[in-house]
Amino acid sequence: MTGAAEETDVPTAPAFTVDGEPLAFVPGQTLAAALVASGRVAWRTTRGGQRPRGVFCGIGVCYDCLVTVDGRRGQRACLVQARAGMAVGTGEGDDD
Amino acid sequence: MAAAAAALDGGLRVVLVDSGPAPGGQFWRHPPDHARETLPTGDLHHDLRTYRALRAALAAHERTGRLTLLLDHPVWTTARAADGFTVHAVDRSRPPEERAVVLRAPALIVATGAYDRQLPFPGWDLPGVLTVGGIQSLLKGGGVVAGRRVVLGGTGPFLLPVAAALAARGAEVVAVCEAGAPSAWLRHPAPLLRNPAKWAEAAGYAYTLARHRIPVRTRTGIVGAEGEERVAVVRIAALEGGGAPMPGTERRIEADTVGVGWGFVPQLDLLLPLGCDLADAGDGTMAAVVDAGQRTTVPGLYAAGETCGVGGAALALSEGRVAAVSVLTDLSAPGRPGLRPPAAERRAVVRHRAFARALARAHPVPRDWPAWLTDDTTVCRCEEVTAGTVRAARADGSAIDHRQVKQLTRAGMGWCQGRMCGPAVHCLVAARAEPYTPAERLIATPLTLGALADSGEPFTGETPSEPT
Ligand SMILES: Cc1cc2nc3c(=O)[nH]c(=O)nc-3n(C[C@H](O)[C@H](O)[C@H](O)COP(=O)(O)OP(=O)(O)OC[C@H]3O[C@@H](n4cnc5c(N)ncnc54)[C@H](O)[C@@H]3O)c2cc1C
Ligand code: FES
Repeated sequence: MTGAAEETDVPTAPAFTVDGEPLAFVPGQTLAAALVASGRVAWRTTRGGQRPRGVFCGIGVCYDCLVTVDGRRGQRACLVQARAGMAVGTGEGDDD
Repeated sequence: MAAAAAALDGGLRVVLVDSGPAPGGQFWRHPPDHARETLPTGDLHHDLRTYRALRAALAAHERTGRLTLLLDHPVWTTARAADGFTVHAVDRSRPPEERAVVLRAPALIVATGAYDRQLPFPGWDLPGVLTVGGIQSLLKGGGVVAGRRVVLGGTGPFLLPVAAALAARGAEVVAVCEAGAPSAWLRHPAPLLRNPAKWAEAAGYAYTLARHRIPVRTRTGIVGAEGEERVAVVRIAALEGGGAPMPGTERRIEADTVGVGWGFVPQLDLLLPLGCDLADAGDGTMAAVVDAGQRTTVPGLYAAGETCGVGGAALALSEGRVAAVSVLTDLSAPGRPGLRPPAAERRAVVRHRAFARALARAHPVPRDWPAWLTDDTTVCRCEEVTAGTVRAARADGSAIDHRQVKQLTRAGMGWCQGRMCGPAVHCLVAARAEPYTPAERLIATPLTLGALADSGEPFTGETPSEPT
């Protein structure tokens, strides 16, 4: 499992923020991969039943993994490559 | 990749458009090139020699300027134009920026692959339940193991490489539940015997599974998942011939992750708007009709790989090469493809197709799978429509296909546009023998209005472009 980043030439692992909290990732991972590596499989709730949802198909077809990236809503975390400094927002409001 | 390389070898100029960050599709899904060192995933792949040879060939053609490789470029629609096709893509290589890209080409090869077929069961929308393809894409694309204790279920040979890959990366695979019966293979031995490479691959997985003591239970199904914020318990049961759970056989297994897959559904989004004919693929899905040269019924439009019916990576490679030779022939381009003669490639296609059909017969979606649904089981994940609501639509509204159910219940109307629930809703309401035909979607991927607004101007007038 690739949990924390193992970088040799960079002293600190790159990170993006999730609802303001920093999350380290390995360059090349998607936001969903980094979230799952950190132990999170759910990061939003559905509009109707308030059910928790995260990654399901992993390839961009199910839209369960929606997040807000740098203010853009409705982004699929399994498709967006993580970049240092990205601001990722989760929770409700991504489902409409 | 194979189609592009063959077309380039034959002297054509090619634009290869892919929504992924690295070429290779689902089988050779890789992290982007800049992350090769930090995310080593080579140990999870098969036949990397072929992949590397294709990458090298494409890189050489890129250097001569005859190949334009557009990665992170989802195509959102295709249209026929007077002299060929227009391909509309979005450049997402520099997020959050999105830029529209319009390509024109006299010939178009579509090889958009497939996605996992899903059947709902109580609890399948709990976090920690993933498609088997999703587990595999996290592993191959991100080096990430989805959980610690995993149960896999569904049907088909794809469960085995995922179990093997999970075990290789340290996950405990508690059980692989195969709904089919292995004896079904024995009823159709001929195509299997003609494909020794497949036997070798299967033997490799069998060895890995045995080494990690992973039990494969046949005629067994995952009939439920339970948990609060994440799956904690999986319910499995022995299945009767038709697929209904046998009373009294249910067992509860503790697990934090569940992977499910019932084969694949061809991704036809880019083909449907062009109006090419589809046919029953023999596994409950529809796929593009192609001739022996991979020509669809639309002149200038070719299809390869899973869009012509699910059949695996080796078949996709052969079909890609055959399609490229057809493009070369039809455009009578100068030069000859420096590859195996198309006759051998075509024989390979026939052999692999026969193998795929035998597999589909051995691993059908069980007829009685709806037996494990309860009325309040979610069927459409996006719109949260239950099995009870879908069944009522069939009973009261006499809906006979998933499109009518969509109008009556909103199942299939959400973000995924029925990609996840479509095949299941189809099984719940349509006649048994009818294959699932996906709804036509005008837009294959969501895009911003800004990108849509500046999509008027063609970006380049290249010769054949090939979204794969
Ligand atoms: C998630 C998943 C994981 C899989 N893992 C394995 C595995 O580990 N082992 C195995 O034997 N088989 C696996 N398979 C099956 C395997 O994908 C196929 O047998 C094989 O890859 C078929 O090749 P293809 O070229 O037809 O399609 P694919 O390899 O799926 O290639 C399709 C390509 O088209 C691109 N694409 C799709 N739509 C668009 C669009 N609108 N715009 C631009 N590009 C687009 C995709 O990014 C992809 O690169 C997997 C399938 C899936 C869905
Ligand atoms: S997990 Fe399905 S779209 Fe991201």
